[in-house]
Amino acid sequence: MDLNYTPEEEAFRQEIRAFLAAAVPPDVREKVRLGRRLTREDMLGWQRILHARGFGAGTWPQRFGGCGWSVVQQHVFEEECAAACAPPQIPFGLRMVAPVLMAFGSPTQQQYHLPRIIAGEDWWCQGYSEPGAGSDLASLRTGAARGGDHYVVNGQKTWNTLGQYADWIFCLVRTSQEGKAQNGISFLLIDMRTTGISVRPIITVEGEHEINDIFFQDVRVPLANLVGEENKGWTYAKFLLNHERTNNAGVGICKRSLAQLKQLAARQQRGGRPLLENVRFRDRIARLEMELMALEITNLRVLSAFARDNRPPGAEVSALKIKGSELIQDLAELKMHALGMDALPYLREALDPQWQAPALLADHYPPEAPPLTGQYFNQRKTSIYAGSNEIQRNIIAKMILGL
Amino acid sequence: MDFRYSDEQLGLQETLQRFIARDYTFEQRRTFMQGAHGYSEAAWQQYAELGLLGLPLPEQYGGLGGSATDVMVVMEQFGRALMLEPYLTCVVLCGGLLRDLASPAQCAQVLPGVCEGKTKLALAAHESRGGYDLAAIATVAQRERSGWVVSGRKHVVLDAPGADLFLVAARTAGSPGDESGISLFLVAKDAAGLVMEPYATQSGSRAADLAFERVTLPAQALIGTAGAALPAIERAVDEACAALCAEALGAAAALNEATLAYLKSRKQFGVPIGMFQALQHRMADMYVAEEQLRSMAIVAAAHAREADAAVRTRTVAAAKAYVGGAARFIGQQAVQLHGGMGVVDEHIVSHYFKRLSMIEMSFGDSDHFLARFSDSLLAASS
Ligand SMILES: Cc1cc2nc3c(=O)[nH]c(=O)nc-3n(C[C@H](O)[C@H](O)[C@H](O)COP(=O)(O)OP(=O)(O)OC[C@H]3O[C@@H](n4cnc5c(N)ncnc54)[C@H](O)[C@@H]3O)c2cc1C
Repeated sequence: MDLNYTPEEEAFRQEIRAFLAAAVPPDVREKVRLGRRLTREDMLGWQRILHARGFGAGTWPQRFGGCGWSVVQQHVFEEECAAACAPPQIPFGLRMVAPVLMAFGSPTQQQYHLPRIIAGEDWWCQGYSEPGAGSDLASLRTGAARGGDHYVVNGQKTWNTLGQYADWIFCLVRTSQEGKAQNGISFLLIDMRTTGISVRPIITVEGEHEINDIFFQDVRVPLANLVGEENKGWTYAKFLLNHERTNNAGVGICKRSLAQLKQLAARQQRGGRPLLENVRFRDRIARLEMELMALEITNLRVLSAFARDNRPPGAEVSALKIKGSELIQDLAELKMHALGMDALPYLREALDPQWQAPALLADHYPPEAPPLTGQYFNQRKTSIYAGSNEIQRNIIAKMILGL
Repeated sequence: MDFRYSDEQLGLQETLQRFIARDYTFEQRRTFMQGAHGYSEAAWQQYAELGLLGLPLPEQYGGLGGSATDVMVVMEQFGRALMLEPYLTCVVLCGGLLRDLASPAQCAQVLPGVCEGKTKLALAAHESRGGYDLAAIATVAQRERSGWVVSGRKHVVLDAPGADLFLVAARTAGSPGDESGISLFLVAKDAAGLVMEPYATQSGSRAADLAFERVTLPAQALIGTAGAALPAIERAVDEACAALCAEALGAAAALNEATLAYLKSRKQFGVPIGMFQALQHRMADMYVAEEQLRSMAIVAAAHAREADAAVRTRTVAAAKAYVGGAARFIGQQAVQLHGGMGVVDEHIVSHYFKRLSMIEMSFGDSDHFLARFSDSLLAASS
């Protein structure tokens, strides 16, 4: 056993760090640092910058234009990105639909979409969930009926993240009513500009527009946009879900969140002393740091086992999803507590990058304060989406423990 | 012992339930939030007619002389309705503070207006960066000629934007952190030199930061004895915390009802999700948490006006800390059990969750009150 990074990995870290120091646009870095709203262009622009340097898709194999990084390299990259306050890489194209296309897509689909995803030209979103089909995804009803050289899609998707920005959506649709529900599902790629698609915003608990309902009314989708075989979509969907969950540990993001929490606790005052000197509070931070130490290694152990055995991610990712989501929630909760009474103000305009604290607030309300309470509320989603934590426990109990 | 509300209290509860069902639905509340000060002035006038605004205030000033348990009845229903009006700050906190500290002449001047719904009060006490310590007051009031001049800042003054009068804690002696030397003053909202920065709060009501830039007050603006206001302020904050426990109870109970109904109606995998044992156990734990929360809210109300300050403080501290934790558990789990429905603004669940979170953060979070309770164990053993 050896927990040390090799000299090559250390050199890799230095290379990434130097690159990030110069490459993250200062205004974007500041928005990420202070939790201000990011635009579509901020996020796609960042993907273009990464791509220009050859870092567009760390985990993709080189034959598709990716870096083919090892698990450890990808981990180092994500850790450095988070520390440098780089914006997130939008996962829907890169980490969700792309692996499916590589494994099951047609050469035409691969050749058209993969380069556009890595280059930050297209924004993808995920159309799985429906009002009646959440945890029980296989019960989905959005239908695709064959008509000549196209499908006609009708139905509703919901909880769709950032679909308001999307060029493309990958959807699970019902193409057959025969047999088990899982057997009649197909995986379709749909251009968001197609006639008959409408997007309705859903405002989340903290007051932001992050998710949507998407309605399909007689939407014509070329047959060529079917991925793999008709009625085999469930297999592809499960493959994708496990890929999605490998990303859910979010160790890099947790590290940045922990660092911010410590800074905040060092600066916030309680009884004339820094909050960090309060043992009761400091112990809470310490416990989270211990969880994070364990999660970092669990994450690397699990991911490198997949890489070593050359197999797609399995049920073990459920453990990463549970711990990663709980940790990010607990960190958000502590940051809110660090604010004390300053957790109460709801300054919606303060999420705009141009916002300057009014004179009266400036002397006590820290610049990173405005989004923190809302983040605590919003992060409750992490134990609900990408397969709720109850579903993850069911998976562990059944698939790993054999119960 | 008798743990039930009296017949009179049950009558009051029923009146409130009827009022809420008719005049304070979730949809109506949404429109109230858009009002000038983020609440319904019409509702406030109805509270006045129902006698709620004078409930804990003395009869000679137009009140009903009710107990903290009477207030609990009101706050529990307000918690269910996610009431936006400044009842807690104006009536419980400031009304109670004047009742206990002000001279009869001052009470006669202000409290009848409160009872009638004509005057609203807000307490400007907290000021140190997010801290909860009521002794950490740096705002000063200096004697000048026949009166006082107040200078300083106040942070997150709850319900300030709609207030007519502020009760302002300022130092007339000593330095921040000293328990003595704090005095209370009555300041009109339009006093020259009083600057306000208003904002919304996370759970819908409003608040503001205040700056006092050499605000000149007459001698009679002083409430109580100079330099001796802190014990009364702490007592009033304890009473407000007990009322917050009752509000949390109402919100948590309503949230448990909503969650239970959802477990029975939402179907996945062909069955109501309440059929899954993992969720049954969670819901059972939420039920247990609500029962424990209710007990602590009852204890808090019973001791909110306790004469022995040490007993009152440690009991209310225990209740506020415990209720904060139980409310957090119920709030987070209710959201979780609603799945995506739990995190959307359209659905009332997220609003209960936010309100419960802000109740925990008000006047001191659970760690703050845990520390007070825990320290009292040490004091008792020495
Ligand atoms: C902010 C946010 C963003 C999202 N983004 C997307 C997106 O971009 N694209 C997309 O397709 N979807 C997205 N989702 C949807 C997400 O995947 C679903 O919310 C999730 O699958 C849960 O489904 P549901 O909300 O219908 O809850 P339900 O499935 O109704 O679950 C309700 C509760 O029941 C529990 N439960 C259900 N079944 C069981 C069981 N068998 N055993 C024990 N407990 C059970 C759940 O854990 C949960 O607590 C998003 C959700 C959120 C909140």
